[in-house]
Amino acid sequence: MARPKKVRIPSEEFFHPGHYACQGCGAPIVGRYLLKALGKKTIIVIPACCWSVIQGPYPYSTLKVNVIHTAFETAASTAAGIRASLEMQKKNDVNVVALAGDGGTFDIGLQALSGAAERNDDIIYVCYDNEAYMNTGIQRSSSTPLGAWTTTTPGTHYKDRPKKDIIQIMAAHRIPYAATGNVAYPEDLYVKFKKATTMRGLRFFHILSPCPPGWRSSSEDSIKIARYATWSKMHPLYEVYDGEKYVVRKPEKEIPVNDYFSLQKRFAHLTEREVDTIQQMVDERWESLLRLAS
Amino acid sequence: MRKVLMANHAVSIGVKLSRVSVVAAYPITPQSQVVELISEMCADGEIDAKFLKVESEHSAMACCIGAALGGSRVFTATSSQGLLLMHEMLHWAAGSRVPIVMTNVNRSVSPPWSIWTDQTDSLSQRDTGWIQLYCESNQEVLDSIIQAYWIAEKVNLPFMVVFDGFYLSHTNEAVDIPEQSDVDRFLRKFRPKFKIDVKKPHAFNSIVYPDAYMEFRHMIKESMDTVPAVVNKCGAEFGKKFGRVYGTLEEYRNEDAEISLITSSTVTSTARIVIDEYRKKGIKAGLIKLRLFNPFPREDILNAIRGKRKVGVIDRNYSPGNGGVFAQTLRANIIGNGDIPEIYPFIVGLGGRDVHLGVLNEAIDIMASNKKIKAGEEIWLDLKK
Ligand SMILES: Cc1ncc(C[n+]2csc(CCOP(=O)(O)OP(=O)(O)O)c2C)c(N)n1
Ligand code: SF4
Repeated sequence: MARPKKVRIPSEEFFHPGHYACQGCGAPIVGRYLLKALGKKTIIVIPACCWSVIQGPYPYSTLKVNVIHTAFETAASTAAGIRASLEMQKKNDVNVVALAGDGGTFDIGLQALSGAAERNDDIIYVCYDNEAYMNTGIQRSSSTPLGAWTTTTPGTHYKDRPKKDIIQIMAAHRIPYAATGNVAYPEDLYVKFKKATTMRGLRFFHILSPCPPGWRSSSEDSIKIARYATWSKMHPLYEVYDGEKYVVRKPEKEIPVNDYFSLQKRFAHLTEREVDTIQQMVDERWESLLRLAS
Repeated sequence: MRKVLMANHAVSIGVKLSRVSVVAAYPITPQSQVVELISEMCADGEIDAKFLKVESEHSAMACCIGAALGGSRVFTATSSQGLLLMHEMLHWAAGSRVPIVMTNVNRSVSPPWSIWTDQTDSLSQRDTGWIQLYCESNQEVLDSIIQAYWIAEKVNLPFMVVFDGFYLSHTNEAVDIPEQSDVDRFLRKFRPKFKIDVKKPHAFNSIVYPDAYMEFRHMIKESMDTVPAVVNKCGAEFGKKFGRVYGTLEEYRNEDAEISLITSSTVTSTARIVIDEYRKKGIKAGLIKLRLFNPFPREDILNAIRGKRKVGVIDRNYSPGNGGVFAQTLRANIIGNGDIPEIYPFIVGLGGRDVHLGVLNEAIDIMASNKKIKAGEEIWLDLKK
């Protein structure tokens, strides 16, 4: 897939400056482009995660749309309830969006998400993936990549299992649309969010979102690191329609995973051999992705 | 119209008459028939509602909260482990100030596995901020669902209508089904106080700092404090319209009683017979049926027990380390109110064991025998040696 050309992103903002994220955090970028694409007729459901802080404390709000905070594991089911209510009132021009971290999506919220996906509830589910439980202090999640340090997978016992393949899991539910995204590619994000608004049913996004304190990287490198994640194929950009039609976007440049790792201290303990093993796994996954798309 | 109905179906019909528009539920014995009939009525177009067949009770309650904030009148039903799984979301519902109505069919909690009745499931949710009301008959169940919406929507708190598994859920009784037009006049259209409106964006349930959290809790207190009076008002107005008056409690031959029993749910019906028998023997026994449990109707209870020598509390539940929940709550609410009767806390009928006439006879005999009870001690009746 070629790079989307001449995407015009509206200048209107639904996200105020002065939010509560750390410097260099990817998560606000996800919300910002999401709302640029979806507009003000949007309801955002936020479970416990960094975004529940970023949105601002009572009586403030950094968003110009309705926000409902809910329990950690209920983003999908709360959104489904809101949709049911709107449907009964024949208000069908409103986007109902769950905006959740990887923990609330891959782990504790997976049951509710799977339920909503199986029912094909008419919601947009956006997971911004910072690859750990950042809000509670950088503990591993099932999205933490193999080899990474977290506070519950210390360097000597780093994460020894690969990241859960959430898109495959969602695709297996045969939902109309599942896509990956990356904050380093805002046009791509915008186009995909827009595309989602033209569909009905459960639309799922998995968006890589750097976290400087959690990835032990510098704030000003966030976008570069995010781009390296796609260039190194650690986080490829692709879409899955109806659980079977794969569309993969080839990165404009290819780099070894080590280039991606070297910008973050969370992989600093890895030996050359360990990095080689990861490289091999990443290559194999990329090949199989291309096979799915062919 | 009169119809023979099991309590579970009385709930479903109450839900239909209340014009509920979103239902989200997950099956569990002995509740399942409640939602089976609702789903049938939805499919037949008899109810204009969306039924979300969710994958768990936890999600059911999350859906209900979302739908209620969306501006819909919502309903769910559960029992025992299902209610326990909902626990976290029960707090969310109360804190969100949404008037969700739920039925909990009382069933004991596991282990060991048991599907029979026992009130420990609902009473262990006492502190979640839900109004709780216990029913004695299928008629009361149907009427209480309608009243529950009336009350919940006035005070912006969620409402749990509770009754005994199998003893009521699966028992058929003649029930007077009110006319839809009368219910519509009694229970007006839902006009939510707090709801999502894309034209007026708000943030619901945001983080609050210590300078504000306490005030949110205090607002719940202020609403909760009004509930007993609202329950009485609603029950009286319901009586005017439908001929059946309800309140926070109901007294039976209690006026001049010296020894009174406090009961809830179906045990009350057995207790009426026992009271009649003791009256025949010349013992001044009386009965107080507690309908509203949470908030505890303190004033009404104080008026009902004032002047009694002894009051026995029949608890079909057990909180390990604390005893019966009704007795504990009663004691906590009456201490410091002057001359109060001696309280006898009884534990009966756990896990569906039959509370037959003999069990309640024993309770009254113990009270009449002047046996002293130590504070915090409870008496287990009909326990096998
Ligand atoms: C039931 C429950 N368990 C634990 C928590 C504590 N908790 C709050 S946020 C969080 C981690 C969130 O991680 P993630 O979803 O990845 O989002 P992030 O913080 O990384 O943005 C945890 C464990 C909670 N709020 N609720
Ligand atoms: S901890 Fe990480 S994810 Fe959370 S706000 Fe800070 S940078 Fe963002």
